[in-house]
Amino acid sequence: MTATSEPTPQAVGGRRRRRGRGELSMVPEATFTSYYGKPVVKPSPWTADIPAYLFLGGLAGGSSLLGAGADLSGRPALRRAARLTALGALGGSFFALVHDLGRPARFHHMLRVAKVSSPMSVGTWILTGYGPMAGLAAASEVLAGRLPWTRGIGRAAGVVAALLGPAVASYTAVLLSDTATPTWHAARRDLPLVFVGSAAAAAGGMALVLAPTEETGPARRLAIGGAALDLAASRTMESSMGVTAEPLHSGRAGRLLTAAKALTVTGGVLAAIGRRRRDVSALAGVSLLAGSVCTRFGLFEAGQQSARDPRYTVVPQRERLERQASAQPTG
Amino acid sequence: MTATTRRSSNPAAELGYDQPPPRKGFFTDTSICIGCKACEVACKEWNMVPEDGLELSGMSYDNTQGLGASTWRHVAFIEQPKSLAGQQSDEHHEGVDALALAGGLTTPSPPPGTPTQVDLGMPRTVLPGAGADQDTATPFRWLMESDVCKHCTHAACLDVCPTGALFRTEFGTVVVQDDVCNGCGYCVPACPYGVIEKREGPSGNDAVGLAQKCTLCYDRLKGDLEPACAQACPTKSIQFGDLDELRERAQVRVEQLVAAGETSARLYGHDPDDGVGGTGAMFLLLDEPEVYGLPPDPVVTTRDLPEMWRRAILAAATLLAGGIAVFAGRSNR
Repeated sequence: MTATSEPTPQAVGGRRRRRGRGELSMVPEATFTSYYGKPVVKPSPWTADIPAYLFLGGLAGGSSLLGAGADLSGRPALRRAARLTALGALGGSFFALVHDLGRPARFHHMLRVAKVSSPMSVGTWILTGYGPMAGLAAASEVLAGRLPWTRGIGRAAGVVAALLGPAVASYTAVLLSDTATPTWHAARRDLPLVFVGSAAAAAGGMALVLAPTEETGPARRLAIGGAALDLAASRTMESSMGVTAEPLHSGRAGRLLTAAKALTVTGGVLAAIGRRRRDVSALAGVSLLAGSVCTRFGLFEAGQQSARDPRYTVVPQRERLERQASAQPTG
Repeated sequence: MTATTRRSSNPAAELGYDQPPPRKGFFTDTSICIGCKACEVACKEWNMVPEDGLELSGMSYDNTQGLGASTWRHVAFIEQPKSLAGQQSDEHHEGVDALALAGGLTTPSPPPGTPTQVDLGMPRTVLPGAGADQDTATPFRWLMESDVCKHCTHAACLDVCPTGALFRTEFGTVVVQDDVCNGCGYCVPACPYGVIEKREGPSGNDAVGLAQKCTLCYDRLKGDLEPACAQACPTKSIQFGDLDELRERAQVRVEQLVAAGETSARLYGHDPDDGVGGTGAMFLLLDEPEVYGLPPDPVVTTRDLPEMWRRAILAAATLLAGGIAVFAGRSNR
């Protein structure tokens, strides 16, 4: 049996549609066979709701972290901004998640079971724990003026939300990676780091927009650190992905991720130099938020593109089979 | 019987079903598929699967184009410039008159080589390869394969379903419960074969918005009937039965074909050690899996899930530590 089949006229892939501008790959063009160029796996049926949720979930989780820190370190304006951001982002998340369902009225069916094998089930339970805590923290922010006794509840709930927030920000990477979508699955090692970096940059960025510079020192450091982690982890991730990294540079995904990189770098630099300027800080924040949005939509779209092209399913699997065959000489 | 045949594990028994029946499955022998699509029609009829597009694809005789929410059996057609074993495409038939051999007609056909009218491509009385096209004759074979949900031993769709709508039946098959599914769509990208899909239409259909796929005719199995596609198949290309027995039968068949010279015959999905633990629906193919639109080395995505959770916990811990560090680092401002 030969390792590769003789190509048939209608079913040979290998020619690569270059959507980028004359970017040359160092990897030789792999020929592969497909059924009339039809995809092998199906792209997710998810709409823009899901990448929007990836962004909002990260923003909420990171903001809860900032909110609790601001509360414990005596930064009331930062605390207020972060807690209200977390609640707003959480509300947006719930809307997006329910809106994306085929049967929105059955959203509570998610609560029938708890399955570690389903990142969506795990995420449901993380959000079920996190949501009320972030909600209580935000409620105490609003009510503490008239009902001072709610402050203690808000602080306790805020600390619990801060402990769960990082999980909200990172599990969504597993949500994408635990699929047969080639680019998402191949990104599984470093995608959680990219996502928490992006979440930190977004949460820090939002605080830079909303809070005065006297209190935003921690938010600025979180934003810069997050941006750096996002960029560094993205780089490591890409270099380990082989052929499935191609969609990160082509089509709509490529444009979004190029924009994401530019916005994140710009935001990080502005955040570092705009320490005393509210206007520069706010601009940095907007740039970081936009960068995080583009990162999430770009990575989402890259996966969708990889699922629509049989090349990204067949070529890595063929390579794996060839590696196995060469490892066992008596195949 | 062959010593190489492996007994399949029974996922139903492992899940705690008390005395489950033997695991059921399909063996689809593509070498005897004639592309009649009776399986597609029988499936639609029995399961009341709605129409999902009436278009001409230009892909040989395949206008169904692939499995999906409203296509639970799909017949693939592949035209190749290759010979089937036993075919001799270089055989010429100069001077052979098929009609004369068959007894002749009242008006004799002109002898070969005689200049005749313009060739309109009408059927001729000489054999293919005997006329002017004998130098351009190419080998040809037409592969047909009836595809279906694989009912994997380790089913990714089932693993990732967050509502419990997808479940393992007592027959070891994987089925969606329409009254539980909320259409989250997670099973769709999880399937390594691209089988399950969210139904988008027609509007008014009960299952619009829900994940849909082959049930291996769960209702018929409950009533001791074979699945509609297998019953409708006129050549027994689709065989239904106990999976262990089907695996033995498949092994015998592939060895028979290889011995007869069809050296490209191979089994697909029969190996309990493959990336999905073997499938409940296996195939005998005459070419590489990807030629038929099947993944060459499918792996259940949840196999890597422990690693993914470890990385996610590491990332969450990094963010938490960073969040503490930015407040603890410097107390100024």
